[in-house]
Amino acid sequence: MIPILPKVLVEYQSEIWESIVESSIMVGFSVLAALLVGLPIGTFLFLCRKGQLLENRLVFSSLNLLVNIIRSFPFLLLVIFMIPFTRFVMGTAIGTAAATLPMMVIAIAHYSRLVEQSLLDVPKGVIQAAVSMGASVKDIIFKFLYVESRSALVLSMTTSTISFISYSTIMGVVGGGGIGDFAIRYGYLQYRTDLMVYIIIIIVIFVQIIQYSGITLARKIDKR
Amino acid sequence: MVSLQNVTKRYGAFKAIQSISLNIKPGEIHGIIGASGAGKSTLLRMMNLLEKPDEGDVIINNKKINHLKGKEIRNIRQSLGMIFQGFHLVGNKTVFDNVAVPLEIAKIAKKNRTERVMESLRFVGLEAYKDKYPRQLSGGQKQRVAIARAIVNNPSVLLCDEPTSSLDPTTTMEILEVLKQINQQLNVTIIIVSHEMEVIRSLSERVTVMEDGQIYEVVEIEPTGVNKSTKGAATFVEQLKSGGDSNPS
Repeated sequence: MIPILPKVLVEYQSEIWESIVESSIMVGFSVLAALLVGLPIGTFLFLCRKGQLLENRLVFSSLNLLVNIIRSFPFLLLVIFMIPFTRFVMGTAIGTAAATLPMMVIAIAHYSRLVEQSLLDVPKGVIQAAVSMGASVKDIIFKFLYVESRSALVLSMTTSTISFISYSTIMGVVGGGGIGDFAIRYGYLQYRTDLMVYIIIIIVIFVQIIQYSGITLARKIDKR
Repeated sequence: MVSLQNVTKRYGAFKAIQSISLNIKPGEIHGIIGASGAGKSTLLRMMNLLEKPDEGDVIINNKKINHLKGKEIRNIRQSLGMIFQGFHLVGNKTVFDNVAVPLEIAKIAKKNRTERVMESLRFVGLEAYKDKYPRQLSGGQKQRVAIARAIVNNPSVLLCDEPTSSLDPTTTMEILEVLKQINQQLNVTIIIVSHEMEVIRSLSERVTVMEDGQIYEVVEIEPTGVNKSTKGAATFVEQLKSGGDSNPS
């Protein structure tokens, strides 16, 4: 495989691999945070909406506002704004691990909104039927809502992951590294335009693979 | 078995149900008919507390249930099956898994579920369709799956909210036949809401005719002639007593 690669990629291959690992860490932890925290928050947002099972105007409004505020932040400003908090939690505001924290915060807000919107597509009648069967809220979430919206949830995660890759490219500002930062530092700042173009092509290939995998999986599990 | 005592339901200033009392006899098929907005679906949905009455009591098996909360309400609902006009099946579950859901909710051991699900599917004639998904079924078949799901937990009462309104006449008669068999063979009390005179008359032994959130009359059915000269709830009553099949003007 190596002989067919452009010379410049071979020259920088160890740095490129290192930056791919850094990006994978940032995006991987963001996906994890989105699943473990964003999914429950999005579900809770949905359940607290008017007319839903746990309708609660105060909780919904507060949570809704918080998610909106985080999503409204230009990401670069969010990263900078969070530096004191990142330093408090991680012990440092510099490096890949520290850069992962703001990524996780935006990931949670981003995915929770998409989860809420995916659940809104579940027919109300299905929820009504579940209630009439004596289902608890937990039953309704796991036996009805997630089952019925699973392909939408997968597509939402696909969209989110691609956004996380995009967010990760600017994490160089706090020394987070990553493939985007590599393209800027080695490609743009050192006038190696060819290197930058190749890195962009690598990112595009990654995004295509994720998009294709997400759509294929969503289609496979959609039986409606 | 199912009794409503002076129940009232308000939506803001609008009184959907006005102080209704109704006793359903164990084992009967009881129809509820009325024009759109008469309050018949609201009345039915009060019986399993999908709608909670603002006043009055809902009594199931000699127990007032309208003050119950959480798990107690859920336990009551598990003993009352319900089917809807729109079927409300889970599209991403197979027929088998749709029917198995109430058993999962009732925490029936997995090893006992298969037999009960298959028994239910056999009853509605869909045993061979267990691995299909709802989108692969016709409207009548979907309603049969919904019925199988509603009876899988051996309910004492089956609440039917316009179960045939979206079906063609032939399929309607097939569904009504299934409901009759459930009543006769499984001894399940059936309460059916419909605006279709033919559905109510062909199935029910007693019929509650509703108008403007109140009971207009409770009719024992004796099929004879038709009188189309009256209006509104009176027309329903005339037709029920005489055996006519046209809708009120």
